[in-house]
Amino acid sequence: MSDPIISFQGVSKRFGQVTAVDNTSFDIQRGEFFSLLGPSGCGKTTLLRMVAGFEVPSAGEIMIDDQPMSATPPNHRPVNMVFQNYAIFPHLNVRNNIAFGMRKAGLTRAELDKRIDEALELIKLPGYGSRGAEELSGGQRQRVALARALIKQPKVLLLDEPLGALDKKLREQMQIELRQLQQQIGITFLFVTHDQEEALTLSDRIAVMSEGAVMEIASPGQLYESPGSPFVADFIGSMNFFEGEILSSTDSAITVQTSALGTVSVTNSDAHMTAGQKAWVAIRPEKMQPVFSNPGERANTTSGSMGPSAYLGDRSHFYVQLPERDDPVLVALQNLERSMAKLHKPNQPVWLQWASDAVVLLPRD
Amino acid sequence: MSRSATSSPGISLRLRRRFLESEALRGFSLLSPTLLAMVFGLAMPLLVLFTLSFWLQDYVDFIKTFSWKNYADFFAKPIYGMILFKSIKISGMVTLATVLLAYPMAYFIALRIKTNKLVWLILITVPFWTSYLLRVFAWKLMLGYNGVVNSGLKSIGLISEPLEFLLYNPMAVTITLAHAWAAFAILPIYVSLEKIDRSLHEAARDLGENAFMTFVRVTLPLSLPGVIAASLLVFIPTVGDYVTPSLVGGPSGIMIGNIIQSMFGKAFNWPLGAAISVMVMLTITAMVCVLLWGTHQFRRRVA
Amino acid sequence: MNVNRPWWRPDGFAVYAVIYLTFIYLPVLFLPLFSFNKSKYIAFPLKGFTFQWYEKMINTPDLLEALMNSVKVGVAVAVVSTMFGLLAAKAVTRYRIPGQGPVLGFIMVPLVIPGIILAIALLILITQLDIPLSLWTVGFAHMLLCTPFAMLVLISRMEGFDKSLEEAALDLGEGAWMTFWRVTFPIVLPGIIASLLLTFTISFDEFVLAFFLTSTDPTLPIYIWSSLRFPTKIPPVLALGATIFVLSFVVVSFAEWIRRRGVKLESSSGI
Repeated sequence: MSDPIISFQGVSKRFGQVTAVDNTSFDIQRGEFFSLLGPSGCGKTTLLRMVAGFEVPSAGEIMIDDQPMSATPPNHRPVNMVFQNYAIFPHLNVRNNIAFGMRKAGLTRAELDKRIDEALELIKLPGYGSRGAEELSGGQRQRVALARALIKQPKVLLLDEPLGALDKKLREQMQIELRQLQQQIGITFLFVTHDQEEALTLSDRIAVMSEGAVMEIASPGQLYESPGSPFVADFIGSMNFFEGEILSSTDSAITVQTSALGTVSVTNSDAHMTAGQKAWVAIRPEKMQPVFSNPGERANTTSGSMGPSAYLGDRSHFYVQLPERDDPVLVALQNLERSMAKLHKPNQPVWLQWASDAVVLLPRD
Repeated sequence: MSRSATSSPGISLRLRRRFLESEALRGFSLLSPTLLAMVFGLAMPLLVLFTLSFWLQDYVDFIKTFSWKNYADFFAKPIYGMILFKSIKISGMVTLATVLLAYPMAYFIALRIKTNKLVWLILITVPFWTSYLLRVFAWKLMLGYNGVVNSGLKSIGLISEPLEFLLYNPMAVTITLAHAWAAFAILPIYVSLEKIDRSLHEAARDLGENAFMTFVRVTLPLSLPGVIAASLLVFIPTVGDYVTPSLVGGPSGIMIGNIIQSMFGKAFNWPLGAAISVMVMLTITAMVCVLLWGTHQFRRRVA
Repeated sequence: MNVNRPWWRPDGFAVYAVIYLTFIYLPVLFLPLFSFNKSKYIAFPLKGFTFQWYEKMINTPDLLEALMNSVKVGVAVAVVSTMFGLLAAKAVTRYRIPGQGPVLGFIMVPLVIPGIILAIALLILITQLDIPLSLWTVGFAHMLLCTPFAMLVLISRMEGFDKSLEEAALDLGEGAWMTFWRVTFPIVLPGIIASLLLTFTISFDEFVLAFFLTSTDPTLPIYIWSSLRFPTKIPPVLALGATIFVLSFVVVSFAEWIRRRGVKLESSSGI
């Protein structure tokens, strides 16, 4: 049941010679937590600012709740934004910052004060009302920026990389709070970030953008486990790519011939491949199991030798050198035991195994 | 499922176009009142000045036909060129003195004072809240025949006759002007010294330079924009000053500003005055170019 | 001061600073000194303390009239220049204007023309246009001189101003005018006040332009200039100079005190 709250229709934005957004069309559903994810310069912030009304599309139309927005200035749009650096008014205290946009709302003093108090409760800063803006920490300012936008009950809340300036622990905490907040209130959130983990944690759906174009829109799980293109597969997380050619394709399994991994049998694949087609065999690092004694001749197994490794606390990354391949394969392993030193010997022979449904097949041209 | 815009494409397109274009247009319209005023107040008068320099004076009217006579007079009578040259020399000395004296002071406030820099800056500028005329007059008092220095020295018995060389010469003009422009020189130098990232000094020391060489190789080049600004700010107005020469310069301390003023006063030859002014402006422009070229060379050699 | 140095080895710069300050202050301090001196002539030795020159100052109608003229012109010039400077600063810092550099350079030209040349150029133009000379022409000339200063002050103030604050106000529903009034103006206010003070001071003290462009109404500097030739007129002028000096000191200290208090107070949002 499609219920779009925002609809991009052929939207483009050019700055002089530079095309920041290139002919983009997609919908955002009511009540979603939708993220725009991509590296710097991919156009995600430009797209967000066009929804807010700070940039005007060079071509195309943006509809909010079925209303075209091209002739509407930012102060008359039913959306509100949380800015990257929060944009808290330095000359006002917290209460007056939050109440700033409510001047024309027609509330009595008492009603307004009640709403402000509710907002302060919502952002978990009760009693902070009379603090000056300059006295707040980064995290507190961010919450005030949130409250200031939410008190206006916009149809969509726009967030421009709001957690970027926070340290890791605070950021993770805020991510959880944001998600809970969104689910509690039910407003659509449009969230811009370059941090994948953040997008995967928070979103119902993610649009992966690159160089002005939307590469793919899907849920986090779909994007990670079933990416639709090599670009997205590589962009999200880490991915090992192997060149291959389809040998056969049936309903139950697809067989691929690769040089590095031998013959690979893939089950449960969404890919529509035909025999003779060129393909990428893509396997996530955590889907590869390292085994240090020869398991014998089995399907979905290959052998190589250990290269450098990196210790990440909860998991370790190993690079495995395969004979038919220049680039080492990245393998990620949870540190289930406290002493994993025995795995860290370079040049030690190692066998890699993976499940047949852990493979992603992508077209290769 | 996408829905197309419901409003007619003509109107919304036009509105949007205006929005788009309006970025630069909005900015420009914001700027235009100021710009218009300045055009009227600057471009037109200078144009008129330039035009007038090619006319001639006929008692109280102008002969509005093109003539090079004023410029010919300027080059023919050596006195104009001489006084212009002297004015440039005096201004140059004033600029040199003012900037050289001001730099250590600015350095002190920017890099040696940690707290209450504003207080020091205000302290520096406070004397300049007195009228400029009175400040020049104060020097006249100080240096005069019966003035403060002389009567003071006489009353403690150091001299029996007043010193005559103190006043009414180019030296008096130079000292007075150097004093009058001090604050104008300190502020730009201070600002550019203040902007220098402190860690650059530390980096230079870390790489082996002593304090003096750090100054020469790091601080001085980086503060050069401020020094240039201060130099220009002092030099250019000083060239045309006539108040100070009138009060403390005497006959030997006359500057080109006095000549121009007399052209609009007693001598009443407006076109000639205009021509002299044009020559002054050209000379100033040439000097500024020389200064900028010189500092550019300095930058390239030291960097 | 540098805390690491022992007190008996003073920082060379500090010594220099003291000497330099003495050099700056000394001539200026003679003015109030001799305004209390009981002699018509400005020379040592001092002949006694008196307020007579201050009395004379208040009772000289010409002097007071010139003072009022300067104040009138100064206030008008301050307001107009600051307004122009504010518009220009906003335009330059907020919008991408083509040819911004040359336009700005052009507006700054009055700073780099010797005063007398600007004065005569304006004089020629104004007389050619048959406009009578008056305090208005003086005010116009001062406005030309002061606007670049106003612009410089306000540009530096607005450059440090976070652009997203204005966007946030727009986003929250305010139109352009209310955004300016509720967000830009309060934050830029110190810069506006600085610009008003600076331009007023420049106009108040300006002599050359005023001299060439006024007819019968003198401004204060013109009055001072004409008084300097007459020894009897000088002491009251010194008294005036000292008075103005003290007054400006008081005003600036007061403004600084207000500013410090304002920072501690919470301001209301003006809903």
